[in-house]
Amino acid sequence: MTATAGTRPDPLSDLSEDPRDRLAGAIPRLRAFAISLTRDVSRADDLVQETILKAWSNIDKFDPRTNLDAWLFTILRNTFYSGLRKTRREVQDSDGTFAAGLSEKPAHDGRLAFKDFQRAFDQLSPEHREVLILVGASGFSCEEAAEMMGVAVGTVKSRASRARKRLAELMHLEEGEGLFSGTDGATQAVVLGGAAAAR
Amino acid sequence: MSSDREEDMPRRQALRAQIDENLKRVYSDALKEELPDRFRDLLAQLKAKDGTAAGGGS
Repeated sequence: MTATAGTRPDPLSDLSEDPRDRLAGAIPRLRAFAISLTRDVSRADDLVQETILKAWSNIDKFDPRTNLDAWLFTILRNTFYSGLRKTRREVQDSDGTFAAGLSEKPAHDGRLAFKDFQRAFDQLSPEHREVLILVGASGFSCEEAAEMMGVAVGTVKSRASRARKRLAELMHLEEGEGLFSGTDGATQAVVLGGAAAAR
Repeated sequence: MSSDREEDMPRRQALRAQIDENLKRVYSDALKEELPDRFRDLLAQLKAKDGTAAGGGS
């Protein structure tokens, strides 16, 4: 079943074209997702490579009426999490290293400083980064994200909400008390102690 | 624990908007990273292999 173009004529030209020809165009977005998920470009590139290989050899499982990006993102995140289970200790170590550098106070200039944001984002669990990027940045609906993540829509929403809350904590922001409330010893402790328990 | 009453919490909404703005920036920064050649090469390799192995399968 090597699908040579033309063996399965289709009235819709969109559907008859080989979806493998669309892989190249999807790679930048796939890679951006991988970088957001791993926060490590070389690791992201390995994931993208593995995803392309899997997508190529399983292209017959792709329904051309559905979203190719979503299909690829799903392969990539599943690959990522199965790899993560094998190297969990390594990941926790690198989280610890990140956390050690994060004891500064945020800039109180009325906006979230992007650098502070990035550092907080780096400290989130991959599950939290994933849900925030999928629904907050890459334009997928909660329903699409739910399908990609293999969970219920409600889980996507509550996970996204927890992830935002966690981000705010990591940036020393107390949601209830206002955007730029001062930091104190307690929030510092949360920041320093929280990374390991992040989930 | 999760008292999600975002409608009546404008500050919280503002925070959320800023978070989303920054998330989009994280993603678009990642999109701007220059693509390495390895992916183009990989696709070319796969395409070439597929062409010669047509009908073969595994």
